[in-house]
Amino acid sequence: MKCRVCKGPAVIDLKRHNANFCGEHFLRFCHQQVEKCIGEFDMCAPGDKLLVAVSGGKDSLAVWDILNNLGYEVDGLYIGLGIDNYSDPSGEFAKTFAHERGLKLTVVDIVEEYGYDVPDGSRAARRAPCSACGMSKRHIFDRVATEGGYDVLVTGHNLDDEAAVLFGNVLHWQTDYLARQHPVLPERNGLPRKVKPLVRLDEREMAAYCVIAGIDYMLDECPMAAGNKHLRYKDALNSIEAASPGSKQAFFHKFLNQGAPFFAEAAQELRNELQACETCGQPTPNDICAFCRLVERAGGQPVPVQLTARPS
Amino acid sequence: MKIEFRNPTRTVEIDGPMSVIKLLNKLDVNAASVLVICDGTLVPNDAFLQDDATVEIRNVISGGSGAVEGAQA
Repeated sequence: MKCRVCKGPAVIDLKRHNANFCGEHFLRFCHQQVEKCIGEFDMCAPGDKLLVAVSGGKDSLAVWDILNNLGYEVDGLYIGLGIDNYSDPSGEFAKTFAHERGLKLTVVDIVEEYGYDVPDGSRAARRAPCSACGMSKRHIFDRVATEGGYDVLVTGHNLDDEAAVLFGNVLHWQTDYLARQHPVLPERNGLPRKVKPLVRLDEREMAAYCVIAGIDYMLDECPMAAGNKHLRYKDALNSIEAASPGSKQAFFHKFLNQGAPFFAEAAQELRNELQACETCGQPTPNDICAFCRLVERAGGQPVPVQLTARPS
Repeated sequence: MKIEFRNPTRTVEIDGPMSVIKLLNKLDVNAASVLVICDGTLVPNDAFLQDDATVEIRNVISGGSGAVEGAQA
């Protein structure tokens, strides 16, 4: 098996692209896919100040590395979630990555700053752990990005993540979620734009990127995520992908091109329904946002920072 | 061959030699869900693994926020 570019020995085969690459040209391929994605969805421009949410896993460290290599001004944010035997080692991978490359990493620990951890928050709010975790992270992403004057918040969601979310949303016909699903969430009410530059690259490619680029990442799965629906959807999609390479890419990207326009009106209506949370100022369809309710139920501290809503 | 699964971790012994894809089929592992690393080097599906090789099969699938991803608080 030979590299499509240089004809040297390949280290990875990408069936959906009908291509094989050596290490050097695979890294270049990943950079090109991210550049293409940024351009296609108008995610950011040179001079924008970027903040990437890093978990210590392969995707977030890879996207940080790629954006840094592409010349963007990009800092990192790590959130300690208080999950035993997982959060601390994950944080070490993020800190080591940043230290070795001389990059700025902001660390927020929810136990120290908010007085609860994800397992307690999940139980108190009677939400699935991944739901409580995602809600907490989104709130803190917005808070830190706003306080730090960042233009764009970057997450490491890849093609598999987005295809699995789409699969779940279609399976249950959750039209409000379908209306929101896009690689770019525009800036609004003073909050930064949110972008997902890895949606042209799949999970296996991101793991390969880290191996080839020498990025050490957290291999262990979050214990709270074991057996969740998201993983089952990924398994189902990978079974289809094995028999029909390119299916995941077609499913997600054709949704963006051909399906999402049908939900555009609903998306606008959802945005119009939002108001500022009375406690923290973040957009919510209710008087108090779900995050602030979670903090209160978990017996945590009041949200320490008021977000100031700016004109969108 | 010594086969080390990562994420989750377990080890098995398989008689070699054989190609990567034949090994994955034998172990009933979906090639789209793993990387195969032989003696520390990433290898493609047609690579030939020697009987004395140490092979890591690394699961690359990770969980996440699921169907509520992107949901408004």
